[in-house]
Amino acid sequence: MTSNQYDAIIIGGGHNGLVAGAYLARAGKKVVVLERRHIAGGAAVTEEIFPGYKFTEFSYVVSLLRPEIIRDLELPKHGLKILPLPSTVTPMENGDYLGAWDDHDLTRREIYRHSPKDAEAYDEYARVMARAAKAIKPIINLIPPDPSSLSVKDLMGLLKVGQFAANLSEKELYAIAKLATQSSADLLEEWFEFDALKGTKAASGIIGTFLGPRSPGTAYVLLHHYMGEIDGAFRAWGFAKNGSGGVSGSILSAAKALGVEVRLNASVKQVIVKNGRAVGVALENGDELTSKVVMSAADPKRTFLQFVEQKHFPDEFVTALQNFRTRGSSGKVNIALSELPNFTALPFKGKGHDSALHRGAVSISPSIDYIERAYDDAKYGQISKRPYLDMIFPSMIDPDMAPPGQHVMSCFVQYAPYDLEGGWNDAKRNELGEAVISTIEQYAPNIRKAIVGMQVISPKDIEAIAGITGGNIFHGELLLHQIFFLRPTPQWADFRTPLKGYYFGASGAHPGGGVMGAAGMLAAKEILKDGLK
Amino acid sequence: MLQLKTTPFHERTSALCQPRNWRKWAGYFAAGSYEHTLDREYWAIRNAAALIDVSPLIKYVIKGKDAAALLHRVTTRNIHKMSVGQVFYTGWCDEEGKMIDDGTVTRFDETTFRLTSAEPNLRWLMMNAVGMEVEITEVTDDVAALSFQGPNTRKVLNIVAEKPVDELKYFRMMKNKISGVEVTISRTGYTGDLGYEIWMDAKDALPIWDKLMEVGGDYGIAPVGILAMDMARVEAGLFMLDVDYTSASHAWIEPQKSSPFELGLDWTVALDKPGYFVGRRALEREKREGSTWKMVGLEVDWVGMEKLFAGVGLPPQIPGMAVRGSLPIFVGNVQVGYASTSTWSPLLKKYIALAHLQKPYFEVGTDVRMEITVEHHRQHAPAKVVKLPFYEPEWKKK
Repeated sequence: MTSNQYDAIIIGGGHNGLVAGAYLARAGKKVVVLERRHIAGGAAVTEEIFPGYKFTEFSYVVSLLRPEIIRDLELPKHGLKILPLPSTVTPMENGDYLGAWDDHDLTRREIYRHSPKDAEAYDEYARVMARAAKAIKPIINLIPPDPSSLSVKDLMGLLKVGQFAANLSEKELYAIAKLATQSSADLLEEWFEFDALKGTKAASGIIGTFLGPRSPGTAYVLLHHYMGEIDGAFRAWGFAKNGSGGVSGSILSAAKALGVEVRLNASVKQVIVKNGRAVGVALENGDELTSKVVMSAADPKRTFLQFVEQKHFPDEFVTALQNFRTRGSSGKVNIALSELPNFTALPFKGKGHDSALHRGAVSISPSIDYIERAYDDAKYGQISKRPYLDMIFPSMIDPDMAPPGQHVMSCFVQYAPYDLEGGWNDAKRNELGEAVISTIEQYAPNIRKAIVGMQVISPKDIEAIAGITGGNIFHGELLLHQIFFLRPTPQWADFRTPLKGYYFGASGAHPGGGVMGAAGMLAAKEILKDGLK
Repeated sequence: MLQLKTTPFHERTSALCQPRNWRKWAGYFAAGSYEHTLDREYWAIRNAAALIDVSPLIKYVIKGKDAAALLHRVTTRNIHKMSVGQVFYTGWCDEEGKMIDDGTVTRFDETTFRLTSAEPNLRWLMMNAVGMEVEITEVTDDVAALSFQGPNTRKVLNIVAEKPVDELKYFRMMKNKISGVEVTISRTGYTGDLGYEIWMDAKDALPIWDKLMEVGGDYGIAPVGILAMDMARVEAGLFMLDVDYTSASHAWIEPQKSSPFELGLDWTVALDKPGYFVGRRALEREKREGSTWKMVGLEVDWVGMEKLFAGVGLPPQIPGMAVRGSLPIFVGNVQVGYASTSTWSPLLKKYIALAHLQKPYFEVGTDVRMEITVEHHRQHAPAKVVKLPFYEPEWKKK
């Protein structure tokens, strides 16, 4: 029988929990990771929903996975391969398309085709965004500073202290200030005139938020997504071998090799508190585990409002967590296909093996208005009739995702509000699936007859399966009032919590969502700094 | 008349080569890459199936009663121990035990072999064959060759080839048929991944290319140029003549030459084999006394390099392809060697190099510094000597 005594217990076997576990084990600690489901990986899982077709069910691209985690944990030895996702194509309502390719000149010529002015602005815009992302990126690895000396409006001050930011010109600081406050629509309209370009760029400003491109604050989210692109030749945007499950699978394998015990089907009931300190956890099955510290890699609401009795936290803290925004706004439709959808804007002949479009993303984002209208539906509790879609074809990037000659397709769909009028049920799920298929059908008429199987995931399903409250893909929206030293709450952004011995290292903590593993790594380092005391 | 030769696959490769970045390889045009960036080609090698035209390899058929004796004499391997259907990788040396060239030897039958090399070696072979009953024919133009590399290549070959290749072991060769055409398939390559080389009559080249591309489509096949292969071969710890070492027959000065021991080829030098072979005495001496140089792997410390770039306000900037250029290696302020090829490894997320270091600095774990250029200034980035290869997937030999 395994002893139930550990140095550290980690609640949640998602990628952050596994990263934290691996780092602690690497420092010689005895660690157990508790996972509620029958597989580890959290929202980064790959499951064979239909025989032979592998679905990267929730998260589907990798951008910000920290390279030092890859090196420190030797993830390539454990199977990690991040395959390039080289392009984004936006089919347009008039039958044309806009392509962004992995070659700068090709992309410039392509934008030029639609707007010579935008082609030029594009370069300058990319430079401004890259400089801004570069200035902000070092902060990702910082432990958020003591917030007591900072207020929200000191965000600019925080940026200024960054080593990189010090080199920015006034003009660039101005650009960052704008990014922090503007809507993505306002920002993009200052730069561009071509609708499909603006629509596609604006789309990355709304992902994972319950906001539209005309809502203030979305320009920052756009920047957050831009960070994956500044590594130049190291091209960080990609699709992992075997999908997102390949990422967590490699971390799981590395963690196990380092001695981490991973318990599956181990649902946590409560954190055990003695003398004002977290000393272990009680599982739903009645088992009790004890440890020097407990770290939660679950979402902030579960971490603070479910696993721990509220009496152990200050009222103010509980209120702040209750107000933490975790509105799920997106769903996922995963489709098994007998053939690739053939987009009329850029059709392929034969089986489409050499179709450049299918090696990258296809974005249904013909204009800012299109996305804003999709948001209008959601604001009032409806599924977008014509949603924004971000589609990739995993089997074209990693042929092992589907049987030879067959394909899988992953559609990120926004908006699908968590708080749907009338609530989520099978009929509503079908409605979401149909909204997606009929939208794609406008651009690729063969889609419907190519469908072999389809899985529709609503925010409620994200909550039920992946265990993320509200079904928000970032465990909490990346809003300006919920990032850096304000994530998850103003007082507690350094991975510690008001409860001694209880730590928090997940997407809902600094630096936020995306499969980056930074929160898990940084939290583990803070735990070690405290000496497990 | 003033044109380089084209390979038997040129009709296909020239239609596919978008960047038109032809490289010279032994007097032939070879595609540098087929796409404008190398990512997809590199990952075809590491995750799917890469189709590489390696026809420019120089090839000899060595036939006759004394064929084995000739190869036994010229190369460092024990050719008499080689079975029919086996492939040996080997270098060959001059009398001073310094490398002239390297390649593979394939035994077709008791008296017939194929030798590949990077540079012409006919004269050298003839000189060593004096008095032997052996016929040496260069077949470079007559034999087309495709290197088919990557974890999915076996699945594709099992569909296109008449006989399955499941039983074909690492460094073995088999006769087979693709689309009714006779080919030989060897389990060899230059990428350190699962892979095969397919050898065929030049006139049969195109139908075989077409068949592989057609069936390979479902398995992520991509035509791959020599630039992506260059990155993979560094990860695999494999060196290249004229880049990582100089042939003893071309060297101007002694220090330009390398022995097989210095290149890490200890395992190919069969000092226990019977009889004379070229360079034997010198190699025995070097084995006894130890080598003064050794080719090793270097891993540049990313954090250290990042700091150098951060010093001028830049994120690290390294080329996204292999660089065939010499970079000095230091311990303290003393130069102790040089890197001959360096590359970003997209798989390992590391900056790696093949380096030649002096004794005692070639021991694994030694901390050294490699010269890098940071915004026009020469800087020294911290690096560590590591074991080669940098990357070896479990399926390479399985």
